Amino acid sequence: MNKFHSVTLDVAKCVGCTACLKRCPTEAIRIRERRARIIDERCIDCGECIRICEHHAKVATTNPLSAINRYPYKIALPAPALYGQFKNLQAAAAIPAALKMMGFDYVCEVAHGADIVSRAIMEKMKEPGVPRPLISSSCPAVVRLIQTRFPELIDNIVDVKSPMEVAAIEARRRFCAERGVADKDVGCFFITPCAAKMTAIRNPLGHKTSAVSGAISFLEVYGVLSELLRKGNLKPDLAHFSATSFGVNWARTGGEALAIGENEALAVDGIDNVIRVLEEIENNRLPEVRYFEGLACLGGCVGGPLTFENMFIARNRIRLLAQMLPKTRPEQKIPDKELDDLRDAIYFEEPLKPFENTRLDEDFKVAMEKMARIGELRKQLPGLDCGSCGSPTCQALAEDVVQGFATELNCIHLLKERLSFMASQMVEMAEATRE
Amino acid sequence: MNELLHEVYPVEKGAFETAGEVSGTIKRMLRKLGVPSQVIRRVSVASYEVELNLVIHSLGGQMEITIEPESVTLDVADRGPGIPDLDLAMQEGWSTASDEVRTLGFGAGMGLPNMKRNADEFDIRSQVGVGTNIHMKFFCV
Repeated sequence: MNKFHSVTLDVAKCVGCTACLKRCPTEAIRIRERRARIIDERCIDCGECIRICEHHAKVATTNPLSAINRYPYKIALPAPALYGQFKNLQAAAAIPAALKMMGFDYVCEVAHGADIVSRAIMEKMKEPGVPRPLISSSCPAVVRLIQTRFPELIDNIVDVKSPMEVAAIEARRRFCAERGVADKDVGCFFITPCAAKMTAIRNPLGHKTSAVSGAISFLEVYGVLSELLRKGNLKPDLAHFSATSFGVNWARTGGEALAIGENEALAVDGIDNVIRVLEEIENNRLPEVRYFEGLACLGGCVGGPLTFENMFIARNRIRLLAQMLPKTRPEQKIPDKELDDLRDAIYFEEPLKPFENTRLDEDFKVAMEKMARIGELRKQLPGLDCGSCGSPTCQALAEDVVQGFATELNCIHLLKERLSFMASQMVEMAEATRE
Repeated sequence: MNELLHEVYPVEKGAFETAGEVSGTIKRMLRKLGVPSQVIRRVSVASYEVELNLVIHSLGGQMEITIEPESVTLDVADRGPGIPDLDLAMQEGWSTASDEVRTLGFGAGMGLPNMKRNADEFDIRSQVGVGTNIHMKFFCV
């Protein structure tokens, strides 16, 4: 497994508090030696720790804008959520021109990629024997969550690549054909609202290599882009916008379900909510649901940890922008030929694998023994889940101790008990030996 | 060395606020032990169904789980009211659930058949006025 994670720690800024420890949905953080540590195997790059850290010690590794200069030709792939970052909704149509002024040669809307993906998913839904529910593959944090925590549901994930990948594949092909340049000379950069996409570029989901070369965060381009949109003398024309309103709507929760036109679809946002609903799905509690759209961030991609604008405002702007665009459906907008031409490249090339990381031991009997010891130790701990020991819960500390990553006296309550017992013994001894 | 793991969990009548917690605990335990995921899925579907049955239909009872290297066993016992006609209860779509419970999405009459389908061994005994016992075994290989 490739160890790259976009979410990393800035050690100099970390004060070793328990904010991220308590917030992490996969218990991937421990505080050791007064600094947070991320357990790579468990981290799904959801970005919750980036959002909660007051000291800005949790950071997302993305590319600086200057990274595009590594390639002779540069393609920008703006995420649809980008349109929600600017007050002037018409500006969405001017973003390609503004990105070109920033040094890009070609721009392909990921919302257009979403239109293509919508069509491909609609086809999948019609196949006989399709798993129920089919689960969206677009949020990489949710896909990783399923791989680590819901391995039984891996086969429900739709095997169509994400809109970002599909947009990159099409953009590369078009650009190389139009300009007659070699594929290796072209750098494709996703303008990203989140860290998980960066990780998905380095460790692709369902395929070996990504058509995307790197990711540049909204925050990195926001300043320059908003300036250009205000003063660049650009004339936005929404009538020639390359994506449909449905593709644009993928930026917010429920947009994907709308785009594939499935009534029995369930759209859930926020990583904790997604976990709760996946548990219901795992227990066969939602047999009526045919499609599940799960998004790690509240509000959907507009709520990504690398966005500038407040999620509620951005989400509303996406809604308004979608209203302003023509109501053409993705299946009307994307001709059969365009989809057929891409068929060799838009599906998963290898099955998603489970990432087992909760197993106590390779040997079943040893695992049983460890579980019994964890149970015993858990009973001695106070059950406050305070996090002072550096593990997120008392249960997690008990596991860490048995696995050799911590000692039981990491628990300050246990330590206090032990100390007061020792103190009382000292007093007793002092009394007994007084002359 | 521990050759088996054995736990007993009480489940109370009408405890909707905690319904699903026992089967969730069981699922997490099996995953930590490294039980194959297909087996975990079958155990969790069956244990969830039986837990909900205790909450909805019984007067309260308990779930007993025994984990061995080769198998997982669930023995469930309640304190009543008992099922008068077991053959009928095992039919898909048959349920005595109240309308109130049905509005919560339960009572589709799939509970018992679902358990039987997911378990490798399934045995149910019931006596009206005494209670119901369900034995389910799942093989790990």
